[in-house]
Amino acid sequence: MRPVLAIAVNVFRESVRDKVLYNLLLFAVVIMAGSYLIGQLTAGQDVKIIKDLGLAATQIFGLFIAIFIGIGLVSKEVERGSIDSVLAKPIERYHLILGKYLGLTLTLALNVAIMAAALYAVLTYVRWGIDPAIERAWDAPALDARLLQAVLLILVELLVVTAIALVFSTFSTPLLSAALTFALVVVGHFSGDLRNVQDVVKSSAAQWAARGVYWVVPNLAQFDVKAQVVHGQTVPAGYLALTIAYAALYVAMLIALASLVFSRRDFK
Amino acid sequence: MAAALSTFDLTKDYPIGFWRRRSCRALDRLTLDVDQGEVFGFLGPNGAGKTTTLKLLMRLVFPTGGRAEILGRPAGDLDVKRRIGYLPENPYFYDHLTAEELLVYFAGLFGYGAAERRKRASRLLDEVGIGGERRLQLRKFSKGMLQRVGIAQTLINDPELLILDEPMSGLDPLGRRDVRSVILSLRDRGCTVFFSSHVLSDAETLCSRVAILARGRLVACGRLTEILAFRARGWEMIVADAPETAIARIGSGARRVVRLGDGRYSLELPLDPPPARLLSEVAAAGAQVVSLNPIRETLEDYFVEQVAARQSGTPS
Repeated sequence: MRPVLAIAVNVFRESVRDKVLYNLLLFAVVIMAGSYLIGQLTAGQDVKIIKDLGLAATQIFGLFIAIFIGIGLVSKEVERGSIDSVLAKPIERYHLILGKYLGLTLTLALNVAIMAAALYAVLTYVRWGIDPAIERAWDAPALDARLLQAVLLILVELLVVTAIALVFSTFSTPLLSAALTFALVVVGHFSGDLRNVQDVVKSSAAQWAARGVYWVVPNLAQFDVKAQVVHGQTVPAGYLALTIAYAALYVAMLIALASLVFSRRDFK
Repeated sequence: MAAALSTFDLTKDYPIGFWRRRSCRALDRLTLDVDQGEVFGFLGPNGAGKTTTLKLLMRLVFPTGGRAEILGRPAGDLDVKRRIGYLPENPYFYDHLTAEELLVYFAGLFGYGAAERRKRASRLLDEVGIGGERRLQLRKFSKGMLQRVGIAQTLINDPELLILDEPMSGLDPLGRRDVRSVILSLRDRGCTVFFSSHVLSDAETLCSRVAILARGRLVACGRLTEILAFRARGWEMIVADAPETAIARIGSGARRVVRLGDGRYSLELPLDPPPARLLSEVAAAGAQVVSLNPIRETLEDYFVEQVAARQSGTPS
């Protein structure tokens, strides 16, 4: 396990020294701060708008980080040749995959935590000096702990997307990996619609194809509980546990697939 | 003596082409033994299959046929990897790390504790002459400095066997001298060194035995003295104060005459006539002999001969 941790720490260190990460993070925080201004334009909806925009920024910029760092996790090592020195050390190839994944997980967790903290900071500022009577009229309190449920599921979604990027990274170029991962993310958010495709498509071949895609592509819409928490609805603990278990299973399968592909590759 | 490294009919084909896949043989049934404690040179021109062989030994690529054993175990075995060091050709390391962090990271892959990792990193960077630069990110390092860091990382586990791919590549003369001295000191400590090179003078200086590879096939293997015919192939004579007419007469049988300036000439002469007659001819012409040396076959001559024979398909 020690080599896996060493690799994870190296990935984390590489990520935190990457300027792209800071640009994305800064941009996300600026958008959250900007949501305060947008909130001022709406009558009595400012807190809701800030929560909506804040969670959306956390998700979108988290996706950018997961995809852009994830696609290079293995392919960059192969392209540059640093893989030769690493695999010459007493590690199994799957150790590298696990370490890379764990390292990016740490990076994403830190980034999501920073973005969530920025969101709560903006909400604290908005709430400052507000009459309690006005606050009671809101759908949910400004500093609602239920926001963390949405943040948690955003992080879990990012971990699934990272695993997808990692799989592509083991056999493809960064550009192709980015395109494929992005396509899967888009399809994953609409995969629920594929289930009901027979309602709109007559062709049985198309129905079978859509059903096949539905079973293969992760159902990323499951992780989206932003609308519920913004309106003050609690996400049931059972739903959270089931969704996290679904993600864990999916990630495990993807990492097993990445390890299998990687273990058979020649590094010329 | 037990072999530190052995290959048995080791073969590698690479697929080429996108639509019409066909295979290209990079290494063809290589059988080789490297004894423990020796410095073994693996020579060949570019594209001969040297790097492929080394990558097969490190299990970075998988063989199409045959097998390799290192320190008595199959290549790629984790126990083997704990006991060897490997330097890839033109090594690239993580730009974002400092030299010190890189070595500490690699030591971590061997499972050493935090204090031991730092101790080993510091000692090895001292050994390869990386001083204050060790806290600079590797993106700021020159090629020569990267090569030194590369050598240092191969030694992080005190290996019994070093596998080095073109270790002198990109180094200036001082750097080459330093790497040579590192290799020789490792040999003195009992470490086996197996290195590839197309720089033949390195092999001549360092190796007890060499193998020569051309187009994926082993064309020669053995001690330098066995491979090279150390008989004289002619004479190189340098004469001074020689009139032009005398040079024309003496040099009539010469393979090459080079004017060195200040009345000095270098003559490359065949084995016949014998040296005694040459000396008397020069003296009769009123010139002085500065030096007279036999021309022997060098590793370079042999290398060129073998490669040319292989490329033309005729055995030499």
